[in-house]
Amino acid sequence: MSNHLLTSGHTACAGCGQSLGARLVVDAAGPNTIIANNTGCLEVFSTKYPESAWGVPFIHSLFENCAAVASGVEAALKYLGKKDTINVIAQAGDGGTADIGLQAISGMLERGHDILYVCYDNEAYMNTGVQRSGLTPFDSNTTTSPVGSQSQGNPRPKKPMPEIALAHGIAYVATASVGFPQDLQRKVKKALAIKGPKYMQVHVPCPLGWRHESSATYQVAKLAVETGLYPIFEYENGVLGAVRQIQPKPAVEYLKTQARFKHLLNNPEEIAKIQAIADANIQKYNLRLQASAAAGS
Amino acid sequence: MVKEFLEGSRAVAEVVKLIRPGVISAYPITPQTHIVEELAQIVADGHLNAQFVNVESEHSAASVVLGAVATGVRSYTATSSQGLLLMAEVLFNIAGLRLPLVMTCANRSISAPINIWNDQQDSVSLRDCGFLQLFAEDIQEAVDLHLIAYKLAEDKAIMLPVMVCMDGFILTHGIETVQMPSQEQVDAFLPAYSPLFKLDPANPLTLGPLVDPEYYMETRYAIQETMKEALGLLPKIAADFNKVFGRKYNGLIEKYQVDDAERVIVAMGSVCGTIKDVVDELRAKGKKVGLLKIASYRPFPAQQIYEALKNIPKVGIVDRALSLGSCAPLVSEVKAAFFGKKNAPAAISSFILGLGGRDITRDSIKEIFKLLTGKEKQGEFIDLKPELLKEKYE
Repeated sequence: MSNHLLTSGHTACAGCGQSLGARLVVDAAGPNTIIANNTGCLEVFSTKYPESAWGVPFIHSLFENCAAVASGVEAALKYLGKKDTINVIAQAGDGGTADIGLQAISGMLERGHDILYVCYDNEAYMNTGVQRSGLTPFDSNTTTSPVGSQSQGNPRPKKPMPEIALAHGIAYVATASVGFPQDLQRKVKKALAIKGPKYMQVHVPCPLGWRHESSATYQVAKLAVETGLYPIFEYENGVLGAVRQIQPKPAVEYLKTQARFKHLLNNPEEIAKIQAIADANIQKYNLRLQASAAAGS
Repeated sequence: MVKEFLEGSRAVAEVVKLIRPGVISAYPITPQTHIVEELAQIVADGHLNAQFVNVESEHSAASVVLGAVATGVRSYTATSSQGLLLMAEVLFNIAGLRLPLVMTCANRSISAPINIWNDQQDSVSLRDCGFLQLFAEDIQEAVDLHLIAYKLAEDKAIMLPVMVCMDGFILTHGIETVQMPSQEQVDAFLPAYSPLFKLDPANPLTLGPLVDPEYYMETRYAIQETMKEALGLLPKIAADFNKVFGRKYNGLIEKYQVDDAERVIVAMGSVCGTIKDVVDELRAKGKKVGLLKIASYRPFPAQQIYEALKNIPKVGIVDRALSLGSCAPLVSEVKAAFFGKKNAPAAISSFILGLGGRDITRDSIKEIFKLLTGKEKQGEFIDLKPELLKEKYE
């Protein structure tokens, strides 16, 4: 018997970053947790009837409403006088969060529910076959933002979901990565200790959609952070707090690991645009390790 | 029981208070607003211990009460028209999850063109979503049906959601004398909700799993079978209700001067009151006319309708909604009840009236009775304005 609250035996692909992320989150939250989950890979691979991989109460309703369902769970727990002893987590993929679920999330954040929202960001609609979402990165090759004579892939940068959450004036917003599991679990525990709405966005590689070796999940996740393309930060009460500082590696090192960016590798102009995104992140979140700190690390 | 002179929305809010939901969630839409405003005030004044969750859409209102009922707490929502359509996806889901929610639909037309007035296109369009649908004739029935609805929904043999339908404005904003039950009566009739299953860390269940072709069909079959059980249970609950509250509900249908009638109109909702007045007037003149009211649209009481109408020569069906491109919704189902049967009316005519709040007068009803001849009328629109049909877009 596994001690994990998301047990093995589910049907996720080998190397699935989302299954890793979801297990880290629920293990950090502990058994006194109720999860509301949007439609997507996670719900599909973990709940195929008559089996379930979940060791905590779990409800899946629809693609876009986990934030509202969780709001109802939380309201019911408040009514029952049990909210102080039970965590409520709403969770979804990037499409269920940044696109179809955004309205419900905004409502949940604005109403002040005591809920941790977790977005597992694998940067496209993977469950339906790698279609572009609002969190698909610039120039990524997906089935609905394909590369062609007139296209370099997805024409838009990632929607700034953490900033959108932050703009609701909530007490805790953080990004994390399965490449840094201890940081991720620390943030889940910290978030759950704060009353009110919390937003976390966890970068979770998808070997199938990103087209990398299933054994490379961890390394790919780390590279996204180490290049500055996926900044790891937390905002407490609206103020930028701890960030994971890096000695930035060139963005192309990350692009090289995945076939979704393969079309860019002989295109310095496009690579420069992606490097500019990383540089902007490095500056905005003050990611660069100072020389003295670097020497000491 | 106290007699009060109340607006329909206020009366419904008062009875919902007595039902003691722990979570209420709603999004404003005319003509549902007075119900939820009243409930918000009741909660604000401390007269009801409930969480009132103001949401950003009807989709979320339905999702919030879905989550709350799944956590084992009796809940309530209300909507109308576009709001009901926006909820549609969630309503199918609530029924599929077997969550005994009760909601009110203040019936209103559907856009375009936008129109805030009453017809029944909204709830009739959602007839297949797995909610039971009960239609109120007047404000008293609207009040009573909420009690019956919770009793039915939460019965362990049913565990399906119920929608109480009341005609927008006519019943939500009309004022009538209503007998309001006491808290003691309500508590005795409707004990606290005891869920069959719930989200609880002590017993961690997974609700809403992925179900493949090996198992899916049985879940739908089970709901269909439960609907049949509800046809049997509803009259029993109505009988229990009648004992406590002194009414005469059958639960499925109501026959008004039907048994010896030569011409009968079949209808749902507040129009039944107007039809009863016309029946009284024509009966006084010796005309053998009657009304068959359908109180439960889902489950559809086909057998009861058959029994009630099998010896009536001329029947007219009043639809206040359309199935665009086919027969109106009610007439197709009433006709189906007679298919292959020996005894059947010689003519079952179809009439569409009162769309988008077009007034249904006693004359409208008299016109229908007049049109109930041996010749079937197919989807005849009553009270159309021919002069408007001549307008052309050039």
